[in-house]
Amino acid sequence: MNQDISNVFFSMKDIVKQYQMGEEVSTVLNNVNLSIQEGEYLSVLGPSGSGKSTLMNIIGCLDLPTSGEYILHGQRVNDLGEKELSRIRSREIGFIFQNSQMLPLLDAQKNVELPLIYAGVRPKERRERAQEMLRHVGLADRMHHYPNQLSGGQQQRVAIARALVTRPTLLLADEPTGALDQKMGRQIMELFQELSDNGHTIIMITHDLNIAKHARRVVHIIDGELSEGEAVNP
Amino acid sequence: MKHFFQKLSGGFYMFVESVKMSVSNILQNKMRSFLTVLGILIGVMAVIALVTTISGVSTSISDSFLSMGAGSMTLTVTGTELKTGLTDEDMEKIAQLEHVNGVCPSISLNSTVTVEDVSDSFTVSGKNDYFFVHTPNAVARGRAISRLDTDSQNRVCLISQDLVESHFYGVDPLGKTLYLDNRDFTVVGIIQEDEDVSIATILTGTPDLYIPHSTALKMTGAASVNSLTIYIDDIENSEAVEGELETLLDPLFNYEDDVYSINSMESIGDTMEEMLGMMSMLLAGIASIALLVGGIGIMNMMLTSVTERTVEIGLKKAIGAEPGQIQLQFLIESFLLSIAGGLAGIVLGILLSAALCNVMGITFTLSYGAIALGVGFSAAVGIIFGWSPARKASRLSPIDALRRM
Repeated sequence: MNQDISNVFFSMKDIVKQYQMGEEVSTVLNNVNLSIQEGEYLSVLGPSGSGKSTLMNIIGCLDLPTSGEYILHGQRVNDLGEKELSRIRSREIGFIFQNSQMLPLLDAQKNVELPLIYAGVRPKERRERAQEMLRHVGLADRMHHYPNQLSGGQQQRVAIARALVTRPTLLLADEPTGALDQKMGRQIMELFQELSDNGHTIIMITHDLNIAKHARRVVHIIDGELSEGEAVNP
Repeated sequence: MKHFFQKLSGGFYMFVESVKMSVSNILQNKMRSFLTVLGILIGVMAVIALVTTISGVSTSISDSFLSMGAGSMTLTVTGTELKTGLTDEDMEKIAQLEHVNGVCPSISLNSTVTVEDVSDSFTVSGKNDYFFVHTPNAVARGRAISRLDTDSQNRVCLISQDLVESHFYGVDPLGKTLYLDNRDFTVVGIIQEDEDVSIATILTGTPDLYIPHSTALKMTGAASVNSLTIYIDDIENSEAVEGELETLLDPLFNYEDDVYSINSMESIGDTMEEMLGMMSMLLAGIASIALLVGGIGIMNMMLTSVTERTVEIGLKKAIGAEPGQIQLQFLIESFLLSIAGGLAGIVLGILLSAALCNVMGITFTLSYGAIALGVGFSAAVGIIFGWSPARKASRLSPIDALRRM
């Protein structure tokens, strides 16, 4: 059994997520099946209310499914406690949110160091890795700028550096360009492309077909049901 | 083993960063933090000031007790109808008890003193030679009352500085004559006005005149003595002497209750210390209410902070912070707030107490116990009142938190 699991990189099988709303049970995800190879670049496309945020929460180990099986990097996630879930988030997943969400009291470098702080990495190594990541996203000259001194695009780059600094197995982006203008959005998409070319596994969630098209594989989610879309960017 | 140390050092680095983040969070809301700290500051200051001042008072009282003829006790007799007081014979028996060096009767009266037609009322105390042996500082000038004076009921007296000034202004009173209730007395000495007086005088006040007790008895017409100072060899033996006295006195008074009372320096000191202790507990208790209110202030601020920082908490959780790490962050914050208030409160409390001691004219002693108390109290308040908000923060669901973004 263990042997079977460890070979699987990412698989969701019959994932159901239901919420109790008073007397009624509302099903947000209905039998979702999804599997991804290592290094794949996937986008989940769906309108608001389609269940894509719930799906992202489950993929990101922020929430657990009501039923079904979710395996990430060889580990069954379904029945883990909150502490184990935070360990998995720390080790396996790099989050990029719609609003970059930097902590306002910390400068760019400290913001990028944050996940390493919780992982217990030594200060020297932490600094070096954060600086390397910031250089990587083109912010070598903005390391000690505070969020209010950075543009939206720059903040999003910091968020990407923060997501990558733990060397996660999976990069999970929720509307990464949602708060940016077109030009900045394009730059971020170029950066994603570059990351994908370098072998990062990326799942991007969006409602925008133009953004979704940047991924090599697109899946649609409507009313909690997932369907495979056509490959747009072979 | 290596893994264990890695975990330990990782926890340490995380702790250091949490402290840094807490400090910048506290400084972010300077006014709010200051007001919260002020609550704890006032509480700790009150506790420290009260405890230190009272312990200063208590030390100063017991010091002065020790300095004044530590080895004495007083016996006060109310007597029965059959036997109203102590006779010379009884006093002789008491003087011969083990550990007793000597006894001195005290006969107090108010008399009119007349010197060259100037009359005034003064307090007079009849004493014997033992009193002066055990109170060497009692005489400023001249001589004390001697055995010969008491034996022959001599009309001699020692007078206070007040009396010298009011009745012998500009003359040397030694050897002069004054009239005490129309009996002529020769002034043989001047009483030293001093704080270092015996238990007998602290209870009754320093009299204006000392005369031989036998002469005083003759003046009052009484046959027996109702107040006696007993000089013992060591204060440690006061309980033993008390026992001996009871064995001796009970048969004399037919075993009736409440006909005499014995006060030793020790028992008075104990009572005083007990009272001061109770007072200090009571006041510290009242001051702790201020500390409690301060704690509630901290809790209030932390709860507000948790609500305000929901997004931050969610984000930190999403990037891998464990619930315990979030809880630690908030606990450090409330701890720092509280300990800052505590330390400032200790400093101000000590200053306040030093000022109070200065005003009251007692020696201020720095009490390390009080400092430890202040540190301990404020640390405990920070942790206890920070616990529930920190727990609340650690339990926030990252999804709910991030939905607010």
